[in-house]
Amino acid sequence: MADKKYETPMLDELEKGPWPSFVKEIKKSTDISPACQDLLGVLEVSYEDKKNHWKHGGIVGVMGYGGGIIGRYSDMPEQFPEVAHFHTIRVNMPTGWFYTSDALRTLCDIWDRHGSGLTNMHGSTGDVIFLGTTTDELEPTFKDLTAAGFDLGGSGSCVRTPSACVGQARCEWACYDTLAACNDITQTYQDELHRPAFPYKFKFKFSGCPNDCVASIARSDLAIIGTWKDEIQQDDAAVAEYAASGLDIQKDVCGHCPSKCMEWDGQKLRISNRECVHCMHCINVMPKALRPGKEKGAAILIGAKAPIVQGALLASVLIPFVPAEELLDTIKELTSRIWDFWGEYGKNRERIGELIQRVGMANFLDAIGLDPVPEMVSAPRDNPYVYFKAEDKI
Amino acid sequence: MATAPVKRITDIGPPSYENFLHPVIKKNYGLWKYHENVAPGILCHVSETGDRIYTVRAGSPRLLSTHTIRLFAALADKYCDGFLRFTSRNNVEFLLDKKENIEPLKQDLHAAGFPVGGTNNAISNIVHTQGWVHCHSSATDASGIVKCVMDALYDHFTEEKLPAKMRIALACCLNMCGAVHCSDIAILGIHRKPPQVNNDTINKICEIPNVIASCPTGAIRTATVNGKPSVEVVEEQCMYCGNCYTVCPAMPLNDPANDGISIWVGGKVSNARSEPRFSKLAIPFLPNNPPRWPEVVNAVVNIVNVYVENARKHERMGEWIDRIGWPRFFDLTGIEFTRYHIDDFKNAGLTYARSAHIRY
Repeated sequence: MADKKYETPMLDELEKGPWPSFVKEIKKSTDISPACQDLLGVLEVSYEDKKNHWKHGGIVGVMGYGGGIIGRYSDMPEQFPEVAHFHTIRVNMPTGWFYTSDALRTLCDIWDRHGSGLTNMHGSTGDVIFLGTTTDELEPTFKDLTAAGFDLGGSGSCVRTPSACVGQARCEWACYDTLAACNDITQTYQDELHRPAFPYKFKFKFSGCPNDCVASIARSDLAIIGTWKDEIQQDDAAVAEYAASGLDIQKDVCGHCPSKCMEWDGQKLRISNRECVHCMHCINVMPKALRPGKEKGAAILIGAKAPIVQGALLASVLIPFVPAEELLDTIKELTSRIWDFWGEYGKNRERIGELIQRVGMANFLDAIGLDPVPEMVSAPRDNPYVYFKAEDKI
Repeated sequence: MATAPVKRITDIGPPSYENFLHPVIKKNYGLWKYHENVAPGILCHVSETGDRIYTVRAGSPRLLSTHTIRLFAALADKYCDGFLRFTSRNNVEFLLDKKENIEPLKQDLHAAGFPVGGTNNAISNIVHTQGWVHCHSSATDASGIVKCVMDALYDHFTEEKLPAKMRIALACCLNMCGAVHCSDIAILGIHRKPPQVNNDTINKICEIPNVIASCPTGAIRTATVNGKPSVEVVEEQCMYCGNCYTVCPAMPLNDPANDGISIWVGGKVSNARSEPRFSKLAIPFLPNNPPRWPEVVNAVVNIVNVYVENARKHERMGEWIDRIGWPRFFDLTGIEFTRYHIDDFKNAGLTYARSAHIRY
């Protein structure tokens, strides 16, 4: 830590308390880059003024890429010259956020040479975020990253860095190989990831089961959520052990089943698998006794997003079940049809979910050549304002 | 003599995750049978082969110096052959094949100021955005509020004493880089004044038709100011989403006197029990009060406490409110219900109470 350059009484307050402090992290980095002193200085001013002191981004990047760098300039460059440029670099994380200590040190070495030494582990979409450097350092950083086997993540109107849950690497519930699928999609769409050519961003997220640890249903344009088709695997002896150890199976397991598909008579747990909606509650509560079935795959949902522009959307079912072994081919075929339609009809800054809202799901299905199935809706329409197509009339 | 240009490396994507998997994980990939909860923050996954891998999860402030990343790397070398990962909620996870290394690792983490916890019925780390540290459209700071809230809820991270899991998230404006909209408790920075149009620059740096088209409520229209093409904003139609500012730098809407925080509750992402759902508005506005944001911290702690006292086992925030009803939620938390709680955007009618199912 270098000697302090500015008094920061308000930020100093955030070094107190038990939770790890981001202010301590910035102070620690002052021996790596003088930018950290000026970041503390300008942040203290923000705390006094109750507003940020960053200008609207700018167009900076590395040669040949249209994304991966977020331009950032201070609106107080005279007072805080070391953060006059303070650009963000998004580095595509290894799928599942797995690292070795050597890989982490490689990233640290690169960033200590070229930037502030400050990072986010990780950004909201999943990338490693290198927080703050100058325009001159962008190309050298990129060169070192690619030489070390890393590449940039997405930004702007492109494929954003896909992300996956821990999957079969360390979870018994993963119904398909989320890491392999995510990595394959990331590599397949490198051009679309680095060179924005869409109406707006497009996110893929891969969750191995309906617990959805990467929030795919809330945050991704295409959500791949692992599930199974056959019966929950049930170990009666282990169920009895849970009961013997004091778990109230009727109340804590059956009582919370959303489709009321299971009963416990004190001896035997009976599951009507045809009524099971695959919510995961019973499996979550009794992981030693119940497991997803053996016929595994995923449901594909479309169109989730945060509020901007036309309001937030949760993803909705597009394909209720794809067997695990057909999953990647299906995603790629589907994606190509979706992008064709979106590229043709999407307005500027219109996510695919908003486009579907605008044109209607039925028209969207026609466009991508998918037949409607009842799993796509919570209920059929309740209004009689039906547009019949010419070919269905005499 | 001309030398051949060095080949530029591009489009290689991330290094394969397979290079970074612990040997026990590689051997048992896809063979995990079940897991046990050893203690808060510590999981044990057991394979069909009988092998075990232990996970020690620690919280971090997300904004990390390379010094701290190197510390994590050194701890991974010391205790788990250098293998570690991060979670989707900014925790760091050490992956151990030796059970006897758990305690010393935990002690080293604790000594360095990083708490072990965040599993099962704990409050996991807060997903959040950049805030005043690095963003131009932020209506509040992110890291600062997260630090204050987690200081206050620290014991709920290191212990598993909640009725169910709880996910708190913070986004510093409606862009929601933190996608807080499906969280048990969402802390959301908001603007409350329309953008202040910069009439001198807008025609030079922005495409005016794009600015007009960017508004979801059609609040922006053309205007001529001092003889120059510009736009004006119909104040009553503006709900301060900031989309025009994202499209055009000449539409800034940061306003220290009016920017602040709103609190949303009851959302979830998981399909367990009830369906995934959006968070709903609990508190329309709290002031920005740095450095410790006492109003926001007290509001969040109050909601957590009332939930802990009243929810049944396995009920997430939203499921608890389903059972007791919104009137009782506002009653128990002491939060005032106002006109701002009633939706007036698209599909607002779907949130009106359309039955005589009323709790008295």
